[in-house]
Amino acid sequence: MKLTDISAPDYFHKVVDCQWACPAHTPVPEYIRLIAQGRYTDAYMINWRSNVFPGILGRTCDRPCEPACRRGRVEEAPVAICRLKRVAADFKDDIRDRLPRPTAHTNGKRVALVGAGPASLTVARDLAPLGYDCTVFDGNPKAGGMIRSQIPKFRLPDSVIDEECGYILDLGVTFHSGKRIDSLKALLSEGYDAVFIGSGAPRARDLDIPGRKEAAGSVHIGLDWLASVSFGHVTSTGRRVVVIGGGNTAMDCGRSARRLGGEEVSVVVREGFDEMPAASWEKEALLNEGITISAGLAPKAFINEGGRLTGLLVEPVTTVTENGRSTFVPTGEPPRQIDCDEVVIAIGQQNAFPWIERDIGIDFDKWDMPVVAETTFASTHPKVFFGGDAARGPKNIISAVAHGHDAALSIHRLLSGEDIGERLLPHVQIESEKLGIHEWAYDSEVTLDHRFPVPSRDNKTALKDIRTEVELGYDPALALAEADRCLNCDVETVFSGPSCIECDSCVDICPMDCITFTENGEEQELRLRLRVPALNPLQDLYVADGLKTGRVMVKDEDLCLHCGLCAERCPTGAWSMQKYFIDMTHAGDTCPTRSR
Amino acid sequence: MSYLAKPKFHHPALPENTLGYTRRDYEGAISTLCAGCGHDSITAAIVEACFELSIAPHRVAKISGIGCSSKTPTYFLGNSHGFNSVHGRMPSVLTGASLANRDLIYLGVSGDGDSASIGLGQFAHALRRGVNMVYIVENNGVYGLTKGQFSATADDGSKSKQGVVNIDKPIDLTALALQLGASYVARSFSGDKAQLVSLIKGAIEHEGAALVDVISPCVAFNNHVGSTKSYDYVREHNIAVNRLDVIVGRTPITVDYEPGKLELVQQHDGSWLRLRKLNAEYSVHDRRAAIDFLLEHEAKSEIVTGLLYVASDKDELHADLNTTDTPLNALSQKELCPGMARLEEINASLG
Repeated sequence: MKLTDISAPDYFHKVVDCQWACPAHTPVPEYIRLIAQGRYTDAYMINWRSNVFPGILGRTCDRPCEPACRRGRVEEAPVAICRLKRVAADFKDDIRDRLPRPTAHTNGKRVALVGAGPASLTVARDLAPLGYDCTVFDGNPKAGGMIRSQIPKFRLPDSVIDEECGYILDLGVTFHSGKRIDSLKALLSEGYDAVFIGSGAPRARDLDIPGRKEAAGSVHIGLDWLASVSFGHVTSTGRRVVVIGGGNTAMDCGRSARRLGGEEVSVVVREGFDEMPAASWEKEALLNEGITISAGLAPKAFINEGGRLTGLLVEPVTTVTENGRSTFVPTGEPPRQIDCDEVVIAIGQQNAFPWIERDIGIDFDKWDMPVVAETTFASTHPKVFFGGDAARGPKNIISAVAHGHDAALSIHRLLSGEDIGERLLPHVQIESEKLGIHEWAYDSEVTLDHRFPVPSRDNKTALKDIRTEVELGYDPALALAEADRCLNCDVETVFSGPSCIECDSCVDICPMDCITFTENGEEQELRLRLRVPALNPLQDLYVADGLKTGRVMVKDEDLCLHCGLCAERCPTGAWSMQKYFIDMTHAGDTCPTRSR
Repeated sequence: MSYLAKPKFHHPALPENTLGYTRRDYEGAISTLCAGCGHDSITAAIVEACFELSIAPHRVAKISGIGCSSKTPTYFLGNSHGFNSVHGRMPSVLTGASLANRDLIYLGVSGDGDSASIGLGQFAHALRRGVNMVYIVENNGVYGLTKGQFSATADDGSKSKQGVVNIDKPIDLTALALQLGASYVARSFSGDKAQLVSLIKGAIEHEGAALVDVISPCVAFNNHVGSTKSYDYVREHNIAVNRLDVIVGRTPITVDYEPGKLELVQQHDGSWLRLRKLNAEYSVHDRRAAIDFLLEHEAKSEIVTGLLYVASDKDELHADLNTTDTPLNALSQKELCPGMARLEEINASLG
């Protein structure tokens, strides 16, 4: 098979699985190492540059990094990456002197941002320091978008949102609160040089089953209900509450109801327990609070008696998945009634753009979604860009941030008179970690600790007030212990064939049997010929030549622990441990131009 | 040497042998030898061979003398019996252990200093007595622990790291073993693990004195240009006469191979060795021809590797001495002290 080109920025990036999986490509091992060293402020700033909302994401991120974590391949649970991010936010010093200063002079270019959620704020964060005059519009009184309206305060206190949104608004960004944009045409006519639309996916799905109309007063739409709870318009619920839906929003609704007077709260979901879309940790938190999940039940009707909602009729179903599509087939068991006083419907959300005129040059596809370009996030209108849920449908905060960075880069190039399709390669740095014969610049010892749980408030205190944060976060000692579980996947094993004497030391010492010296062959066949067959096709083989015997060195990247023993055992320095750092290109970055 | 502990994690798909152990279960403490030492590769080969043969670790006794090589038993088979004995005295300690308990597998680990200099007499007598053992010599041609003086196996004309040329004649331990009557004689190279693992497996299966002489480059003092025991030199001058591919246990498997290329060799205990011949003329059954072959190629500066000789007749110490089948520690008072009646019987028989 072809020899590996380790100079390609993506090769080692893929080995840092957490960073590769993160939509914003946050340098995870780098900041975890800084946390282990007690350098919380530095760790925070690495995050702030990459994902803009470390304190918010450290509590609420969807964590695509954690299922990717290498630790999860050799042990049960991955490193608690998300909660370590919170540690950086919790223990940092005042960072204000490290933030960009508001520019004294604008460059005269005006950018309008619709919606004050994570996507728009990221665009503003990237563009304002470059001198752009950024104006953010939002219908709510405070910035944050769904971060503020949808995420319950017991998971994310307002103070954290205020702080991190504040860092951005303080960059000289104009924020028009309470101003919902109801015509894009009108906005464009105000002469903005570019418009970014980060208005989210604000329309929740309803459930049109018998009895819905009669029960209207006691049935709520999850998205709107959470916002009302968030802004203090709803402060109580009935004693028995049923939440319909199996996603993270449903979990938030259930836990919120539990705090507002719901003594018997149950979540009704059509899927099986394991197939529910909610994250496992969200389900766990919900169950810990005495809320039940009734899986495999399809709602059939709202039951009203005497003009009052008294129950929900449900039918047992099983999930049948065919070609990736799930259907729900009745099991034949009779429908039954779940008694309740209130129902919250949280069965998904959609995009809606009633405020975008269809004759202003913005194309919509057959699902009524705007046509948005892959990397540039440009619409078919030269001045209009989309990002976050508004661009690709409901996803998560970290994706919105990633979109924001890319869209900001496009806007910057557009308004600098450059081709928006031409992007700079990310900045990559790779350097040796060797200090002495047996000393490494990183802690390479692999600990055998299992994941440390995050300390939480007990239910009695936590359930009393909906604004009391449940999780307390790691303390520094626990944070250090958890940080030590990180395998430092960004410290790479780099091999130089011409220096190798083929003594087999690395092969013999490798705890995971990753290294094989053998004749080259076709990848499929070569994978089976290794010391332990490499059966995970998602993980690359590192193939290098230059050996005297004409063989090749093949390393299966899949289970390498980055312990450095190969390099320590190598008598000739053919193996070296080199720290790889990749910094994604943001608006305003300059480095030698090479097309991405 | 390493300052880090080897992580306990292992590859989740690491194969298990019939005892349910993985290769990792046959490891010992982490090596304290120099990085790149050929001895570490031999350690790994022993680990692999014992794993593949599904040997229960408590059935093995590893016995060594003094030297870099003799330190290695610490680094493999951490759950086996071990005895780190006196310089050059491994063979007699091993002989004694074997006489006391014939049920264990004896792994004698020694080096060129331990076996070809101070222990040459012990080496000779253990082999000629036919002690049932695997005698591994980790042969690097220098005294590594004392900074690289020539040992007795250093080739005539070989250059030391300091540039001194060796003028003494080398001792060829394989030729010596053939002459002394060892019943299994092999030579290998620590840089060719596939060959080495099979030869060790064959030696473990062999009943009688089995010598495996392993050229094992000393990266610190004997891996330079001018050395005849460096990785490069041995690779360039290696003449393998055969490849011992597999040990097929007690039932021979018939495989279709080009005639003359494959030989199934039955050892006297019934086990079979499958040899892939690389030199069609070479026979593993002819002791005299083997000695000739070795000397002939030595003169051409070639290093002959592979299975050099395997005896077809049994020649083993316990059989020669007609010892009891039961290990001494399993004999009871009754058997050890059969009483007056038995004494009288014996006395009468002498009459």
